Amino acid sequence: MAAQSATASCSGLRSALPLLAPAYLWLTVAIFLPLSAMVFFSFMTDLPLTGKPWAFTLGNYAAFFSQSLYLTLLLASLRLGLEVTLWCIVIGYPAAYVLAKVLKGRSREAIFLLVILPFWSNGLVRIFSWAMVLREGGILDTALNAVLPFKINIDLMYSYPAVIIGLVHSYVPYMVLTCYLTLQAIDDSLIEAGRSLGASRLQVLKRVIIPLSMPGLVAGAALIFVPVVGSFMEPRILGGRTGTFYGTVIEDQFVAVFNWPLGAALSFILLAVVLVILALASPVLRRAA
Amino acid sequence: MRMPRLTALLTATAVFTTALTLAASAAEVHVLNWKGYGADEPWAVAAFEKATGNKVVNDFFNSEQEMLTKIRTNPGLYDVVMINAAFNDQAMAEKLIQPIDTSKLPNYADISKDKAGSPMLDHDGKVYGVPWVWGLTALAINEKSFDKPPTSIAEMWDPKHKGRVVIRDDAVEAVQFGAIATGQNINDIKDMDAVKTKLTSLMPQIKTFWSSENDWNQMVASNQIDIGTYWSGSADRAKTHFKLPVSLVIPREGAVAWLDAFSIPVGSKNVEGAQAFINWMIDPKFYVEWVTKVGAPVSANTKAVEALPQDAFNRKVMGDPEVAKRIQFQAPITDAQREAYLALWQQLKVDVK
Repeated sequence: MAAQSATASCSGLRSALPLLAPAYLWLTVAIFLPLSAMVFFSFMTDLPLTGKPWAFTLGNYAAFFSQSLYLTLLLASLRLGLEVTLWCIVIGYPAAYVLAKVLKGRSREAIFLLVILPFWSNGLVRIFSWAMVLREGGILDTALNAVLPFKINIDLMYSYPAVIIGLVHSYVPYMVLTCYLTLQAIDDSLIEAGRSLGASRLQVLKRVIIPLSMPGLVAGAALIFVPVVGSFMEPRILGGRTGTFYGTVIEDQFVAVFNWPLGAALSFILLAVVLVILALASPVLRRAA
Repeated sequence: MRMPRLTALLTATAVFTTALTLAASAAEVHVLNWKGYGADEPWAVAAFEKATGNKVVNDFFNSEQEMLTKIRTNPGLYDVVMINAAFNDQAMAEKLIQPIDTSKLPNYADISKDKAGSPMLDHDGKVYGVPWVWGLTALAINEKSFDKPPTSIAEMWDPKHKGRVVIRDDAVEAVQFGAIATGQNINDIKDMDAVKTKLTSLMPQIKTFWSSENDWNQMVASNQIDIGTYWSGSADRAKTHFKLPVSLVIPREGAVAWLDAFSIPVGSKNVEGAQAFINWMIDPKFYVEWVTKVGAPVSANTKAVEALPQDAFNRKVMGDPEVAKRIQFQAPITDAQREAYLALWQQLKVDVK
């Protein structure tokens, strides 16, 4: 029996190979090889392409611990990741619910299109359009002052909230899409059964809908948290004086001083921290899911 | 039946591509420079191609480090590279650039003697860089915020400009600016603590760190800033080309000056074309057109500057001997210094968060 199923799974793998090969080949060439080169660089004193002598060292990793600067920034970036993820849930989940359970037909298609529309524009274009909206005398400021009877002064540009707004806008579609998929898969009859057995709407939400859609929430949160922690473009453009984060410091090492080894080491420390967080969270999340 | 046709087609394609590559490589000049910095102006490229028969292929970099990496990793690809004089030494030491035969550049004789003889560009009596243009990192003001232009760098620290000051997001520039504000030599900073203290007190004044000309111009256009560090050529461009209320201030404490020069990389396949291109770039005719159409820094060619109108900014203000006394030219800095400056700059940015 066991042998039989083993051969079955083996032949299954063999027939699946042509389907898997392109993806794995691509992953090897495009991700695994450059990433291993970066691991290698992170242990070097200097890049070989500069023609200078180089040696292996742990100094780049030690630099992280010798200066409080990097830890401060890493914590700031983790906080940014958490806040952005939270706002994405607050904004994205209800939208996904309405899309999956309330709207039908044409109106669903239209709203769906609006949700994924930001994906079609370049990230930099989105950030610069936010810059026009958020600044003093910008679109938001002018519009509110035109409507409101009293004078208010809105200048969100170059501040922490501006970074949050920009990032939430960029990443909320991920949350909507992942939650939409799991919410749509919930059988309506389960909700009806709960209601007919006397559960209030809130109880149905808490006991039926949220637990069943948890995989989508978790997937969305992971998809958002990881890139936001390492983000550098949005903080740099929207954050102004407060826009220095862990990601911008890594970018500086690569672009401004050509210290790839230190930049690579800082990146891998970030990767390790993110993996540890996900690993610590996984039992909790698995139980919830 | 089908084979001969296929063979014929393949042969034709092969011949055609070979002819195309031959024609292309025969007279191409590959130029590496900042984007939008003179050498890629379409009208200039077209005129040069028409006059010399060389085809110009432009490539760009976003930082000096990237420029060095590009010539290191693509030997033989580039024929002309624009290198800031402070980086010329490093490029020569790494054997990335070759000596230039200036007798092939008729315009070289008109380059001002102090620039042509700069020890940053000439090594062992050989010329490794042809001075092109120079400019200042000084202050620029939003004319709407001032009745009369300030004269001192201390204006940046004035509480009435709180939240309306900008500075470039560049560690070396920031530290050298701090050196000027504390009355030190930018190339030999003795009291780094004074620089740090001075910059620390500037940080709360700052609205944001700019990184491109476009950032600066947008913030002035929407009246978000009063004053900030800016490049002389960019301030000129903002005023003449974009009609913005910007004017350059060269504070009495001084300003940082830089010199940009053209070099020919080792292994260039078209040295003759490269020489022709460099000569074209330092020609008065090109320079005057560049200044009038786009706005530019100051040419190193004295005849080119003299060809400008009497009251032109690049002639009247930048050519003023009083200004020449105040400015300090950037000298090469080591990698260790650059990393130390970056560490200081990052610490300042984190402390103000």
